[in-house]
Amino acid sequence: MSVSDLSSFTPSSGPTVRAVKDPFHGDLLEVSMGPQHPSTHGVFRMVVTLDGEVVVKLKPVFGYLHRNHEKIAENTTYLGSMPYTDRLDYLCSMTTNWAYALAVEKLAGQAVPDRAQYLRVILAEMTRLVNHSCLVGFLFNDLGTSFTPLLYAFREREKILDLFEALSGSRMMCNFQRFGGCRVDPTPEWLAAASRLVDNYPRFLDEYETMLTANEIMLARTQGIGILDAKLAVNAGITGPCLRASGYNYDLRKVDGYGFYPRFDFKVPLGAHGDTYDRYMMRILEMRESVKILQQAFRDLPGGPVMDPKAKIRGFRPKAGEAYGRIESPKGELGFYLISDGTPNPYRYRVRPPSLINLTLLEEMCLGHTIADSVVILGSVDIVLGEVDR
Amino acid sequence: MLGSGIINGLIVTAKNFVGSYHDPKRMVTVQYPEERAKLPENYRNFPFLITENATDPMGTLRCVACQICEKECPPQCIYIEKSKDKKPDATGKPQLYPAVFAIDTSVCMSCQICVEVCPFDAIKMDQVFEVAATDRFTGLLLDREQLAKPNSYFHEIHPTDAAEVDTRLATERQAAEEKAKAAAAAKAAAAAKAAAPKAAVKPAAEGGPTA
Repeated sequence: MSVSDLSSFTPSSGPTVRAVKDPFHGDLLEVSMGPQHPSTHGVFRMVVTLDGEVVVKLKPVFGYLHRNHEKIAENTTYLGSMPYTDRLDYLCSMTTNWAYALAVEKLAGQAVPDRAQYLRVILAEMTRLVNHSCLVGFLFNDLGTSFTPLLYAFREREKILDLFEALSGSRMMCNFQRFGGCRVDPTPEWLAAASRLVDNYPRFLDEYETMLTANEIMLARTQGIGILDAKLAVNAGITGPCLRASGYNYDLRKVDGYGFYPRFDFKVPLGAHGDTYDRYMMRILEMRESVKILQQAFRDLPGGPVMDPKAKIRGFRPKAGEAYGRIESPKGELGFYLISDGTPNPYRYRVRPPSLINLTLLEEMCLGHTIADSVVILGSVDIVLGEVDR
Repeated sequence: MLGSGIINGLIVTAKNFVGSYHDPKRMVTVQYPEERAKLPENYRNFPFLITENATDPMGTLRCVACQICEKECPPQCIYIEKSKDKKPDATGKPQLYPAVFAIDTSVCMSCQICVEVCPFDAIKMDQVFEVAATDRFTGLLLDREQLAKPNSYFHEIHPTDAAEVDTRLATERQAAEEKAKAAAAAKAAAAAKAAAPKAAVKPAAEGGPTA
């Protein structure tokens, strides 16, 4: 059997490991990694063809977590889709909420009060801290340093999730943004606690970096591994930290300037090599920038309502039209495309998930590396299967 | 020096290891069934129905079976049947009430949209989390008797919200009473006016020529 015959591999047929004959490489081994595999970050499957330990072909297979998100949204009201967006990227429900609210506000021409805009920036940047802390923790899990770095990261994440719970009522399924503002106004105590946490965050980052950034094993395992060329990344539509790690400066917070981001002073960190190590450092540097944004936001947070008084909760019907709202989610460009026909339900509802599109170049990054490295490369791309499969 | 990165990392983990035995801030474990962590006030899980009076829960449900929550519920886990007759609510106005009100908590995702759309403050979020049942079909399908909880319970779990709702309802009730009073007064005045012209027109007619 030649390599070209591998495309006939179907999930239901045959064993998960089998021998494949190839005229160039000799004896190859085809391994089906996942969907129940601890290193694939959910129900993701990679069909990997191995020459010894080296990957010669990799086919990502997804769809195991498909929940019909878009069709459900077309059959429910605009407001009714908001809790479902929590379940897209379940690590970052605040930013997915915001992206959807932004799209609907664009569609309906809904204004948002200043305090709510600031609050959205605060919550989005805290979500970025949560997501990136998780990611670097899981990345080390994939490298084989079982659990210590992950639990250090989770310790900090827990503090932010406690704040989210105190504000929105739920740790992960926040369902917080509304069309025209936010659901709850934070109390001064909450703001003080959040501000204190943010001020202490650099200490955690320093500790984490002392522990791991200069670790020789980490450097050997990540530098020069899984290089992503900037040109290829742009052509494939890769966004977020993955693209910036390759050295291409594209951050929607600067490019689009949505929300109140133009009011904040922050830098966009850029990588030079596009390897796994750059993608790791990108997350650490972005967390440091997020802390800066948060400190400015807590300083400048204005008073006033968090919800536009003219915003409608019941009987929300935007005029016929279409809108695309996008934000820089922690994983990349997250967009919602909506078409309204004047009824309470959207006529078309489409999600542009960063995780799925960042996953398309996985094979290019993994070819020529060992199977153990392909696990680390997948970890550094940062996917959440809820968003990939929708 | 090769290996210094690893050694520095080990110093951090060693510090944390020692700290986890001495630093009171690090001892965060709560021995769950005996001890309980305090839930934040905003914590939400599964809706419940508010009754005004704990002794007569079914007679004093705030819900008027308008079915807005049933329509707005994203996973469609609420089922309501309107009553055939009417009962007076807290202001004395006759209102429909739910003959059947059921929530399938195995479907509910605790999103709070039913609470936000309810115009009568009749449905609120609970804070229960120990809701295991042995029967998956009926154990988690709650009917109105199981869902009804008194207003005092709402005050217990969400004190700020409950106080706000109560003052708002009180002002609304007062406004309604004043309006009713004003309406009654206006009605009386109108009735008096309606009665008066017959008496008043005549003298005017009589007085007309004299002017």
